[in-house]
This record gives sequence, structure tokens and C-alpha cells, in this order.
Amino acid sequence: MPDPLLTLAGVHTHIGHYHILQGVDFEIARGSFTVLLGRNGAGKTTTLRTIMGLWRASRGTIRFAGEDVTARPTPDIASAGIAYVPENMSVFSGLTVRENLVLAARAGKIDAARLEWIFSLFPALQRFFDSPAGTLSGGQKQMLAIARALIEPRDLILVDEPTKGLAPAIVGNMIKAFREAKNAGATVLLVEQNFKAARMLGDTVVVMDDGRIVHRGAMAELAADAALQQRLLGLHMEQHA
Amino acid sequence: MLSRVLSGDYPRSPILTAALLVILFALALAPFLFPGAQPLNVAAKICVFVLLVASYDLLLGYTGIVSFAHTMFFGIGGYGAAIVLSRLGPSWSALALGIIAAIVVAGTLALLIGLFSLRVRAIFFAMITLAVATAFLVLASQLSGFTGGEDGLNYSVPEILRPSFRLFDAPLFGTVVNGRIITYYIVFFAALAGFLLLLRVVNSPFGSVLQAIRENEFRAEALGYPVVVYRSIASVVSAVMAALAGFLLALWLRYTGPDTTLSFAIMIDVLLMVVIGGMGTLYGAVIGATLMTVAESYLQTILGSLGKLGAGAGIPFVSTLLSADRWLLWLGILFILSVYFFPTGIVGKLRTHWLNRKNKALQKRSGSASNK
Amino acid sequence: MTDRIAEREETAVAAPRIDWIPILLTVGVALVALPLIGSFSTWMTLTVAALAMGMIIFIMASGLTLVFGLMDVINFGHGVFISVGAYMSLLVLWPLTGWVESPSIWLNIAVLVLCILVAMAISGLFGLAFERVIIRPVYRQHLKQILVTMGGLIIIEQLLHVFFGGSPITIALPQNFRGGLAIGPDIIVERYRLIAVVVGVIVFLAMMLVLNRTRIGLLVRAGVENPEMVEALGYRIRRLFVGVFVAGSALAGLGGVMWGFYQQTLTVGMGLQVLVLIFIVVIIGGLGSIGGCLIGSLLVALVANYTAFLEPKVALISNIALMLLVLMWRPQGLYPVVKV
Repeated sequence: MPDPLLTLAGVHTHIGHYHILQGVDFEIARGSFTVLLGRNGAGKTTTLRTIMGLWRASRGTIRFAGEDVTARPTPDIASAGIAYVPENMSVFSGLTVRENLVLAARAGKIDAARLEWIFSLFPALQRFFDSPAGTLSGGQKQMLAIARALIEPRDLILVDEPTKGLAPAIVGNMIKAFREAKNAGATVLLVEQNFKAARMLGDTVVVMDDGRIVHRGAMAELAADAALQQRLLGLHMEQHA
Repeated sequence: MLSRVLSGDYPRSPILTAALLVILFALALAPFLFPGAQPLNVAAKICVFVLLVASYDLLLGYTGIVSFAHTMFFGIGGYGAAIVLSRLGPSWSALALGIIAAIVVAGTLALLIGLFSLRVRAIFFAMITLAVATAFLVLASQLSGFTGGEDGLNYSVPEILRPSFRLFDAPLFGTVVNGRIITYYIVFFAALAGFLLLLRVVNSPFGSVLQAIRENEFRAEALGYPVVVYRSIASVVSAVMAALAGFLLALWLRYTGPDTTLSFAIMIDVLLMVVIGGMGTLYGAVIGATLMTVAESYLQTILGSLGKLGAGAGIPFVSTLLSADRWLLWLGILFILSVYFFPTGIVGKLRTHWLNRKNKALQKRSGSASNK
Repeated sequence: MTDRIAEREETAVAAPRIDWIPILLTVGVALVALPLIGSFSTWMTLTVAALAMGMIIFIMASGLTLVFGLMDVINFGHGVFISVGAYMSLLVLWPLTGWVESPSIWLNIAVLVLCILVAMAISGLFGLAFERVIIRPVYRQHLKQILVTMGGLIIIEQLLHVFFGGSPITIALPQNFRGGLAIGPDIIVERYRLIAVVVGVIVFLAMMLVLNRTRIGLLVRAGVENPEMVEALGYRIRRLFVGVFVAGSALAGLGGVMWGFYQQTLTVGMGLQVLVLIFIVVIIGGLGSIGGCLIGSLLVALVANYTAFLEPKVALISNIALMLLVLMWRPQGLYPVVKV
């Protein structure tokens, strides 16, 4: 794989007394759509947070676009070109939808064409553009969180379980959004428990268990091999699918 | 036997043990070792402050909560003695009533504050106790009919405790055993008993839970310990002990006013004594209280004369910086420095020093054993 | 079935929510006090005094509440910036006595503005130093924070002692700000109180403008809610925090000037005294909330002024009583800040 966009090499992360990541290695190629799978507590969210510098890696290195970002402060990592959609959405509920998007646009103002595109994907955001984000429904907040990551082009988008607890119709729009972002040149790393959604989106798959990577490969390969699915993901995943 | 008295909590450092023994010895024999009113005064103050600071450490060091209301409870004890003695006359029954009233009031108030403010966020506790303590100070200095206002209350103590009383006709070891000395021993033994009781509390299972809460509130809660209840009980115990200390001070001084018990300066003193002595170890209270009280009683004079020297040399502001009134300035600096650089205080330093030496000795021994 | 859920998601009505109850409560307190006091003109005088006091407290408290909201830092030294501000006005008042005593209202205003500017600049600088030396080493450690900020307060307070002496200093209001102003039959309010209200309103509006209409303001509001996400969007919250800390200190200095003129006496310990009031205000309002800070300030000032008139002894503990009542009703304060 020539010149991967993101490389994790031997990354360990401790949270308090807990040793969560125990040597995580994987690479993400430019323009790929990687899905990070694994059961609850496998360390998926911690992996994303460690990439963002929200938890500090205690060992190992993280390289982004050729530079070592392991010890960089979170704002620098974000400014280097990574957008992050956390699990709990984290929209600023006291700010309006517009204000949320204005802050996400580092340039200072929102690009009109891009906003139109976002509105076409998530019409609710247009309707409630000047309402406080706190008054949105759960699904609308999730849309806003994703819109924040898409409002400007970013090299890498990290998304943590966007489909959790959402109605399938909304999931459809979300999948569309990611696909279009990918076509526009973004690289995506998505944490997902929903294998059905994962299969539709991802071209590459990474599976974690107990703080380690247990499988890396093409999505098509995993999708075709039921036995492998069974072994890596177990019945647990099938229930979601 | 010794283990039971100390509740199994030994000083764990030879230097510390020696220092504690010297302090205990000096305080126990103070009337005979250091004749004169001023040294006995200092010794009595040390006894009172050891108890006050140790009771505060139960909150700050063991439970991990900051209260600014500790002097309020100190004051409740002081005013408890003062009000009954000045209203009911100098009798032992009045004193008994005073101490019981002080303990009930202090305990109830501490429980109320705890239930109110420990429920929400630990940080609220510091802010709310500061507010309540200030209101109490204002009340004490305004309700002059009851508390004597800014002037405080003067009162007499039961006859046996007065300076004119003689226990023996002849001097004992060259010292006349008068009522003051009897009072001193009441203060000394009450403070000692209170201290040993606190030592028992912090080394009991209850004390271990407090420390678990200090380390990780959520884990303690998850393990099934009701954090608010534990913290409230700790703050009640601490308040009652502070009231006892205030009561002893009132007995010793025969005067109680806002400045001797309630003032913010005393609160700062107590904070400093805990931090310098060592948070989370009651022996720190002994070291901190002794050092600071001696320093305050004698160093202020030295500082004052240094200031005069500076003024004589014609250096501007040096005299004001070094004058005895600027005591608090230097305390403030010392305070911040010790929080930054000696968070475990003197006792913590001594213990680590001893532990390191022991470990080194152990390594050396095992090293030479493996060489053979 | 799924379509219906989606539909509901789409049409969820999003209307801006303002919690009116605390606002109505504040107005209600004022209205209930009217029959108790009996005389309209007395009520009016007390109310204007309370508004003046409330606005000054708000100015002083706003920085504290934002600093807490943004970085979870509780600054027990905040009160000292009030003292610093008040004492720095002396640097203007002493050399410019002529302007203070001048009959020209413009010179009077000029001297007040100068006092404010000097006080804000110097207490802002003190804030910058305080943040670096005292607070920075103890981020995220509440226990130590309380201890060292208290230590910082003592040190700066003692330095004021060294340079200005320990005895109270009387200051005179500029000529045209003295005495009362008849604003209706039988209703006389002190001029300076009106000025304090005006200054307070200007500061409040300016703050609202910054918080709602500028990018920095948006970042501050977002940061109070979720500092981590602000960082993940690529902004340095630390720098933002230092800015807010300095601004908050400068505002405390401004409040100190206004408070000094209000009392017409400066004491070194005034900051600590007011700090207690400020704590009560921010606890009542909800730590981190600017709107709550305003309502809390007004509520505390109204209750204090009314009870001082109706029952002076009760006034000594009216603030504490008010705080306890509010906490019984809303344990997180009137406007709890939703933290993620």
C-alpha cells in the first residue's frame, strides 16, 4: 500500500488503571472507506479518541499524512485535516444549527454550494437552521453532527457509530452522505456494529477484539465468507444485521 | 498496647517518631519545663490546634473535601463555653451544658450543610461552606446581646481553674501548681484523647471507605458505599472535634471573640498547618500545628525586628514587607509553594525518605547475597 | 412503521426555549415586596438600589461563572481582582481630584471612564499572571485549585496592604454623581445608582453581543458546553480560556471600581467579602450560565435590599436562606448548564 493516509503502529492506550488498547496496528489508504468492527468494549471508540489525541497513546506511534501526530494536541490533529463525529453526537445544544456549522467551518464562513448539498441530504437541518440544536430530535442531532464533519472538505473523517438507535430511513440518508463524501475524495474510518450498513459502505474492514486488531482485509472477502463472519463477529453481530 | 492506642497507625519514620515524642514530652511537661505565662500559652495553643487541625485533616486529607466552615465549628465550641459561663456563672454544670450544646449545634449544622451541598458537587461544598461561615461570622459580630459582638465575651471559669487556686501548698518541682496548670492539663489530655479518637476513626473500616471515596468517588459509589452519607458523617465528626477544640480554647483564654475563633485568618492558619504538616496523615497535624504555632509566636517578633533593620537601612517597602503585620503575606507564599512542591507535607517527605533508605538497604543486602 | 418514525423525526418542532420561571420569580419577588413595604416611593428607591447592586454583582460574577464553565476551574482568588480594580481607581482619583470636584459633567464622566479603563487594564494583567503562575499548574485538580487560588488571594491582598496601607480609604464620587434625582412625585433615587445600572446594562449588552454575534463568543458558548468537542473541531481551548480568564478578571476590576464608588470606602478585604456574595450568585444561577448569573445577581440584590428594610437582622442571612431555598428547588441552580 503506497503512502497510507493514516498509520497506527503498536498503539497502547491506558485510561486510568485500565489498559484498553494493547498494541493496535493498521493502515488506512487514501480514498478508502474502512469500517472498524468489533463487539462492545473491544476498544473501537478508544481507537478513534486516541487518533484524535483525546486519549493519549502510552506507547506506539500514529502517523497522519506522513507526519507523526502521536503527541500533538487535539486542535493540531484536527487542523491537520481530520474531522471527528463522536458517538454521543456532541452537538452544541445551546447553539443554533447555523452556529454549529459556522464553528465547524474553520474558514470562518460556510460555503454556499456545500451547504446546499448538505441540505439536500438532510432537509431537516434547513428547516431548523436557526433553532437551537438542543431542540432537535436525536436523529436530527446525528445529522447535524455528520453535517459538521462534511461542511468543509477534510482528508479523513472519523465516525463513531452513527447509526446507533436511528430509524432505517435516516440511516439510508446517512449512508448516501458518506458515499458522496467518499466519491468527493474523502477517506473515511467508520466504527460500526451494524454489519448490514457496514457492508454497504466499506471497502476495507478492520476487526478489533480486546484492544487488539484480529482481522484486516477487503470487505468483499468478509462479506462472502460466512464462516469468517461467524468466527470474527459471532451471533452478536448477526442480531443487528 | 501501643498498637491499640495508636490504632496500628505508626509514624513509619524514625525522625518523625523522634519529633513526635519530643513534642509529646514537651507538651506533657510544659508547665515544669518552660516556666512563665507565655510558653504555657503557646503550649496550650499547640494542644488546641493539634486537635483542630487533625479534625480538619479528616475532611481535607482523608475525605478529599475542602471546607471553609471549620472555624465556624471552632467558634461554636468557643461560644458554647463563653455564653453558658457568662450567663449561668462559673460552674461545672454550666460547662457540661456548654459542651453538650456546642456538640449538638455543631453536629447538626455540619449534617445540614453536608446533606445540602455534598449532594451536588464537591466544589459546591467549598463555596457553600465559605458563604455559611461568613454569614456566621457576621451574625456573631452583629448579635452583640448574645455574643458580645466584636468585643467578644469575658467570663470567669470554675474556681479550681483560676490562677489564684493552689492545688498544693508547696511548689512541685519548683513550680506552683495553680488553677492555670490544672486548666492546661485538662486542655492537654482532652486534646490528646480527641487526637487518639480521630486516629481510631481514620484507621477504622469507616476511614478506609473515606479514603476510597477520596481516590475514586464513582468506584466507591459503584461498590455500594453511599458517598453522601459517608462524607456527611465525616464532616459531622470533624465538626464536633473542632467544637471541642474551640471549647478548650475558650476554657484556656477565658475570653471568646470573633478574632480568636471565627476569623478567616484562623481558617488560613489551619489550612496551612494541614498542608505543611502533611495532608492525609494525622501526625502531620501535630507537626504542622506545633511548627506554625511556635513560628507565629516567636518568628513574628523576629520578622518585626528584621523589618526595623530594613527601615533603618533606608530600603523602601522592605520594612512594610517584613513587618509583623505582613505575616499573612509570607504564609500565603509558603502555602502555595508547599501545595506545589510538597503536596505530601513534612510527614510525607519523612516517610518517603525512610522508605527509600529501607529499600536501598534491602537491595544492598540482596545484592551482596547474590554475589556470594 | 419505520416511515412513520422517520416522519416524526422530520417534523419535530424546534422552538427556542427560554425558561421563564426564574425571570418571573424575580419580578414576583419585587411585586410581593411592594405591599409589604407599603410605600411606593420607598419601594422604588429600594428597587433601584437593588438593580444597581445587582448589575455590579453581575459584572463581577460573570467572569467567574464563564471560567468555571469553560475549564472547570474554580477560582477562589477571583475576589482579589475586585479589590485590585477598586484600589487602582485611586491611581486616577488622586491625581485628578480637580476633575472629580469639577462642576463639568464631562470631566466627571471622563474621570469615571479613566478609572474603569485603568482598573480593567491592571486587573486584567493581574489575571494573566494569576492564570500562569497560580492556576496553570493545577488544572483538573479541584482540591489544589481551591487551595492555591485562596493562597493567591491572600498574597495579592497583602500586597495591596503593603502599597496602600491597611486602613479603609474614603473616596468621593464625582461632583455630578452625588445626591439624589427626583424622577417622579416623591420618588428620589441616588444618581450614582442610576449610573451603575446604566454601566451594568452596557456591559451586559456588550457581553451578549460578543457571546452571540462573534466567532469567539460562539466558541466560548460551545466550550462551556463541551470543551473536548471544541478541541476536536480544531480550536485551542486553552488560549480561549486564558482570554476569558483575563476578560473575567478585567470585569471583576470594573466591578471593583463601581463597587468602590457604591460603598465610597475601600478596604483591602472588600474583594473577599464580595466573593462570598458572588459565590452565592453563581450557585443560585447555575455554575457556567451567564443568564443565570444575571438573574441570580438581581434576585440576591432585591432580596437583600428588601429584607434590609423590612427586617435588618434577617438581612444578615437572607442570601444564605435564598441560596438554600433555590438549591432545594433546583439543586443545580436556576439555569443548570448541560454538560456533555
